[in-house]
Amino acid sequence: MSKDEEGTGGKSRAVRARQRAIGRELRRMYDGVVNEPVPDEFLDLLRRIDEADAEKKKPS
Amino acid sequence: MTRTESHPMEEREPQAVPDFKTDLLALVPFLRAFARSLTGNYEAADDLVQETMVKAWQSRDTFEMGTNLKAWLFTILRNQFYSDRRRAWRQAPWDQDAAERMPGTSQDQNWAADLSDTTRALKLLPDEQREALILVGAGGFSYMDAAEIVKCNVGTVKSRVARARKALLAILDKQDSLPTRERPAEGEAARDIMAQLDRLAPPQQAEGTAKRRTKGRVD
Repeated sequence: MSKDEEGTGGKSRAVRARQRAIGRELRRMYDGVVNEPVPDEFLDLLRRIDEADAEKKKPS
Repeated sequence: MTRTESHPMEEREPQAVPDFKTDLLALVPFLRAFARSLTGNYEAADDLVQETMVKAWQSRDTFEMGTNLKAWLFTILRNQFYSDRRRAWRQAPWDQDAAERMPGTSQDQNWAADLSDTTRALKLLPDEQREALILVGAGGFSYMDAAEIVKCNVGTVKSRVARARKALLAILDKQDSLPTRERPAEGEAARDIMAQLDRLAPPQQAEGTAKRRTKGRVD
């Protein structure tokens, strides 16, 4: 049975369809994270960087 | 540059800097997505992104304006990920339990708390293939940008992506299929992957396996 499918156009079409489905799933997962709201800790980090920077740049 | 002493800092704006910071912040969601795919773990990913932000900030002078900031940040993140992990490997004696506790292979928390078959299958891929597939297949990077991020040539990225797709499909097919006697042995996909792994990263891998066999841990 499975021998027949191998190497036929039907099989490679099926494979391509599955590949596309996997591709969609990967993008869905990735975009899912991209679309998550950014936790405050990242803003805090930038603020701390700012403060450290201001500290360093102070003349005295 | 021409900041006057009397100007209060709270009013922000030490020139050009806010732009970099704004851009950095805008790219955080993408860094988180990439980090999540590398670590497979929510917290480890966010820690990695924070490390990346600090690193990026410290070396912001080396970024060439007008080039791809996203790719530059992804490069930093990726370097950080592998150097953190190398350190973890050096510190802990290699064994399966420790491997499972490590960020790169954590079993419990997946990206987007997403326990889909694809997520699980993705974890079985060698790092090189997984990262290439994520960058190109999910992150929308060109093969050329991806090649720059993972520091290899375009042809290598292409073949890694192709092999990743093939391996992923093989793993998923195995998961989907009902167990019948005609099916190939369960471990076949895993063996393929291990063979690929050996080819990609031979020395440590072999060592690790040897050590794992002789582990003398007491739990």
